[in-house]
Amino acid sequence: MDTLEFEPTAYHVKDSPEGTALEIRDFNLWYGQKQALFDNNLKIQKGQVTAMIGPSGCGKSTLLRCLNRMNDLVDDLRIQGQISVDGFDIYAKGVDVIALRKRMGMVFQKPNPFAMSIYDNITYPLRVDGVTKKSILDETVERALQQAALWKEVKDRLNDSALGLSGGQQQRLCIARAVASDPEVLLMDEPCSALDPIATARIEELIEELKGTYSIVIVTHSMAQAARVSDNTAFMYLGRLIEYGDTNTIFTNPQKSRTNDYVTGRFG
Amino acid sequence: MTSVNENLPQATVATAPGKGQKPRARRRFSADLSALGEPALWGFGGALALGIILIAGFLMVVLYNGATTFWPKPIDKVELADGSVIAGVERRGTIFRPDPAIMTEAVAETVAANDGFAYRTLYQTANFDLYGDDFRWVADFEVANITQPEDFYYFERQVWGVFVGRIAGMQINGQPVAYDPEVFRREQALARERFSEIRKIERSEIGRINHLIERERLSQRRALLQGDDESAAPVIAQSQARIAELQAEFDVLQARVNEIRAVDRGFRVTLEEVGGRTIEPEMSQIVRYFPANTLSIWDKAKIYGSRWVEFVSAEPREANTQGGVLPAIFGTVAMTLLMVVFVAPFGVITALYLREYAKQGRVTSIVRISVNNLAGVPSIVYGVFGLGFFAYTMGGTIDQLFYPENLPNPTFGKGGILWASLTLALLTVPVVIVATEEALAAVPRSMREGSLACGASKWQTIRYVVLPKALPGIMTGMILAMARGAGEVAPLMLVGVVKLAPALPIDGFYPFIHLDRSFMHLGFHIFDVGFQSRNSEAGKPMVFVTTLLLLTLIVIMNATAIIVRNRLKRKYATGQF
Repeated sequence: MDTLEFEPTAYHVKDSPEGTALEIRDFNLWYGQKQALFDNNLKIQKGQVTAMIGPSGCGKSTLLRCLNRMNDLVDDLRIQGQISVDGFDIYAKGVDVIALRKRMGMVFQKPNPFAMSIYDNITYPLRVDGVTKKSILDETVERALQQAALWKEVKDRLNDSALGLSGGQQQRLCIARAVASDPEVLLMDEPCSALDPIATARIEELIEELKGTYSIVIVTHSMAQAARVSDNTAFMYLGRLIEYGDTNTIFTNPQKSRTNDYVTGRFG
Repeated sequence: MTSVNENLPQATVATAPGKGQKPRARRRFSADLSALGEPALWGFGGALALGIILIAGFLMVVLYNGATTFWPKPIDKVELADGSVIAGVERRGTIFRPDPAIMTEAVAETVAANDGFAYRTLYQTANFDLYGDDFRWVADFEVANITQPEDFYYFERQVWGVFVGRIAGMQINGQPVAYDPEVFRREQALARERFSEIRKIERSEIGRINHLIERERLSQRRALLQGDDESAAPVIAQSQARIAELQAEFDVLQARVNEIRAVDRGFRVTLEEVGGRTIEPEMSQIVRYFPANTLSIWDKAKIYGSRWVEFVSAEPREANTQGGVLPAIFGTVAMTLLMVVFVAPFGVITALYLREYAKQGRVTSIVRISVNNLAGVPSIVYGVFGLGFFAYTMGGTIDQLFYPENLPNPTFGKGGILWASLTLALLTVPVVIVATEEALAAVPRSMREGSLACGASKWQTIRYVVLPKALPGIMTGMILAMARGAGEVAPLMLVGVVKLAPALPIDGFYPFIHLDRSFMHLGFHIFDVGFQSRNSEAGKPMVFVTTLLLLTLIVIMNATAIIVRNRLKRKYATGQF
């Protein structure tokens, strides 16, 4: 464990031709007195899928939730370092958090549709933005549901309560809601952990389809899932980024022994 | 079992005969029993059973007494040992210790054999105008003979309460005629129609004219207060002309009333009490009459039904001991609804700030503890506060600013339905705050995060996601507040409830809703009729009937709220998880 502090992160990132979507620089985070993230540096590639893996409590969800400042809700939280989108620091003073979140769709661990109709759920991001024009809303609902591969299943019951859908459908609805405002980045916090294998497979297909349109960051507990869907994988351990790079390399030929131990199932 | 054995004190193991043998059965048994919590279980179950029995017993008492009060009972004609005769309806009986001085020797012996006790019965002899009392105790040993004569009637009258006796004759159009049941029934119904016509004219038409005259008078005073004599002169002249017009209208109506009264005076019935004395009231004074001893079950049921209808749809008479309680029902419902209108936004907004916006720390803790403690303050204290702050301070200021022409008569500067509902809103607001806070805290974090991640502001998240989800919980608080508010009496006596309100808080005169008016309340009605009236014995049965009605009313109001809440709950219940 003592060697961890001095070991530098191994990088072998597969660069995207489109450039960088998000850049995390020297990022530290404390919950009260306890430091949860240590000097993280990584660049999320535009239009690609970046998976974040690591054992429980390694800080991968914390880092993800910093990307759209969801952690602002937590009391007693302190950060240091920079996260920048298109070159501007999202933690700078006077940043409009609401505008930032509109650029970052987010999908959570458990499906969390609102107690409204399917239609209202998807138009929610637009409505809070003040969009009331029916044609725009209709168009958005169809596009978002098509993108989330849910259109065929629910097009005849858009006015039914979203709570009547199955778990997998609810999660796809949440994805539709996340892409409704046409964000640049899609953040997914263990989106399949509450779903059965078939629903999981559908979500993974969906991620495959959405990549390219959006830069996707996905936190997952399943190494198999990370291997299947992502282009780059970040392995984190105890709040530190151990290795970040091409998914193939991480899973077949990791440069760090700790990564090797984790992906081969020796610990975690 | 082995672990129990191992944990036994060394001495016990040593005295056990032989190693490896089972421990004594009794010891094991008792240990198991308490370990399973068996004795405690019996205690818990017993406590619950006791609670249920108490509540069920209470409800049974109210239900039985309330439901049987209106059932017509037979009239007993009691001949007493001293030769006098009384007639009345048996009310209740008790044992008592008679004064030896008034007993004959034979009676004294029987009483002595019974340890000095005797039994006595309370008869409702009615005929207050003749006897000066409605009730009479009759000891068992005084009674010579009891019969139930068929020609005895039970009359409920507009004034003087009940009359028990025979019908001796009638006057139709001033001419005495012999009693004929058919004619009497017809003429009595006509007389009641005349009576309600008089009442209608007096209440609505003359009432309207009085109201308008009062308004003119007030407008004159206002003109004088706002300007000087000179500037007010044209207003006053115009107003005087208007008053003269109204006075003329009033005279016409009054003449009409007098005309009907004159006719009414010609139709009388001669009633004879058991001792032979007679009275001759107008037929219109008889609200309801029936031959109590010859009624079939069906007749009794009809009387029972008509008494209930009168009870819930008419105004009280005879110092509230008879007639209906419609104004009290109206007052209770109006006051409770008004209270909800005040307490709902106030409580919810307070809780929202406390839970969602205020920085959680020492100050919010103190506020929270204070709010909880407010729920424990005796309600009469709220009444005193309501009278001092709402009625005298706020109401007094309102009067000076907006109703100066009416002073020194207060308009808002006294108890009224507005101040009563505000006082009760204050009394119940802790309940709403606590329930709302809990409901808000119970909204899952994932819901809020989902909304915030969509780019909604904090307010939008609360407005569209948190509040709808918390609504059933908030409704629960509202229901609790309503139940508490509707049953509260003590503070109301200080801030606007009266024994008999001359007018409802809502009527046909501008501005239609009169929040300054005092009102009647079922809870206070119970207290008043049972313990404050001239004739509390007559009012006692009404206590149970009114209690039954109040409970029913609260149940109806709460049930409505619960149905609404369950609808909401179903709406927000997810099919998943």
